[in-house]
Amino acid sequence: MTRPAEALPTQEMLINMGPQHPSTHGVLRVILRTDGEVVVNARPDVGYLHRGLEKIGERVTYAQFMPFTDRLDYLAAMNCNCAWAWAVEKLAGIEVPERAEYIRVIVSELNRISSHLIAFGSFTADMGAFTPFLYSIREREVVNDLFEMLCGNRLTYNYARIGGVSADLPPGFLEKTKEFLDYFEPKIDEYNNLISYNKIFVHRLANVADISAKDAVAYGLTGPNLRGSGVKFDLRKDEPYSVYPKLEFDVCVGTGERGVLGDCFDRYMVRINEMRQSVRILRQAVAQIPEGPVMAKVPRLFKPAAGEVYFRSECPRGETGFYIISDGTTNPSRLKIRTGSFVTMNIFEKVTRGLMIADIVAVIGSFDIILPEIDR
Amino acid sequence: MEPQTLFDAVKAKFGEAALELQATGFRPAFVVVAPASIADVAIFLRDDPAMKFDSLMCLSGVDAKERFAVAYHLHSLPHNHQIGLKVFLPRENPSLPSVDAVWPAANFMERETFDLYGIVFEGSKDLRRILLPDDWEGHPLRKDYKYPESYHGVKL
Repeated sequence: MTRPAEALPTQEMLINMGPQHPSTHGVLRVILRTDGEVVVNARPDVGYLHRGLEKIGERVTYAQFMPFTDRLDYLAAMNCNCAWAWAVEKLAGIEVPERAEYIRVIVSELNRISSHLIAFGSFTADMGAFTPFLYSIREREVVNDLFEMLCGNRLTYNYARIGGVSADLPPGFLEKTKEFLDYFEPKIDEYNNLISYNKIFVHRLANVADISAKDAVAYGLTGPNLRGSGVKFDLRKDEPYSVYPKLEFDVCVGTGERGVLGDCFDRYMVRINEMRQSVRILRQAVAQIPEGPVMAKVPRLFKPAAGEVYFRSECPRGETGFYIISDGTTNPSRLKIRTGSFVTMNIFEKVTRGLMIADIVAVIGSFDIILPEIDR
Repeated sequence: MEPQTLFDAVKAKFGEAALELQATGFRPAFVVVAPASIADVAIFLRDDPAMKFDSLMCLSGVDAKERFAVAYHLHSLPHNHQIGLKVFLPRENPSLPSVDAVWPAANFMERETFDLYGIVFEGSKDLRRILLPDDWEGHPLRKDYKYPESYHGVKL
């Protein structure tokens, strides 16, 4: 016996997903309004990790803020370190030795690889495939070993300095980096064979939460999330900084290869392809790095001239921008940190409307958000 | 596009609402406009074929001591150029029109500015506190913010 749909009234439910939930990658709370298993509305609630980094920034000197940038995005602390150093150098007009710039590019790209590995591993784990996570952690350990060799730390590096880097590369670092690249590059194909084109995995991601290029730009998506929608924009190419103009690489964009353009699968695939490009950049940087000093002569306590600078650089989770207002003293008068994950969460409510609850997990994984960067 | 050319274009279109150009020491340069016309200027900058500022990079509140400011950093993908927009607001009841209908990216950043500075964005589709709890008192990024001694009976 069939009944008309209105004879079976369903009741909307309000469900909390998080703040403690394994697939939300931290303390993200999503307030779900669902009709059965269909999401009517998913509203993100952020701020559980708010530590007031912008207020702290007004109370410490430019050099003292460096360790705090580690805590912005702990999976890509090197990128945040370098972003802060570049921003302050732009504000104060500091020239950095070329060797230091090469070292920054090397550590940034290594960290991009390790960050994308976590994105890839945790995403696949969220989708129910646990094995690739172990593979990605195995490779990330090698990067962590390299960073430990460099600065003694494995997570929060505090390695860059205003005007250079804290120490020159230790003996054998470049050789070990080369070894890692030779070891790592074939692994990307292994990941693709193992999981990327797995039929179930593709079905979970393709055609889910697609974002048009126009929406992606209007909603301020950056980094792999923007490129996943087919927008060819990479700050390393389009607003070149450091020594990136001397290095050759391609900007990876989504192509809609398994579904529609800008779906979860495209965002996933952009990260996989970017790891290959990072390997390419690293090979060139390791071959080209010149000898020389790694630190410019910058006093610990310096007073940049009064002025305002907005500097943004390409971090693994999109654009990390620092808007610094200097009033001519040793501390910033105002420090605004614009992070990729925070702005990305803005589009979350729009793209999740009408999806299944299980797809929410796919969307969070495909955005590759990190909570300390959202909450600052 | 040169900041001066851009400022002249805004001035030609909006007259008195274009207040000044902050160029020396500012990267990118800022066009300072009157608060009431910010949304109209935003639409002009987004839609004019020579401007095409389709991306709002960053929206920040600023405590400029005797007054508040809101700074908008704009980028144009088609032309690959940048400009800043800035408005100054009084310390008492600071408010200005919202631009989240112009650039949807503005919503979260406006909420953040409202949360931490108490600047009200009129016509915003959803203006609530975002980083702090809903019942938090005061706006911590103001320079004259007094730290509370306790929160719900918990000593801070």
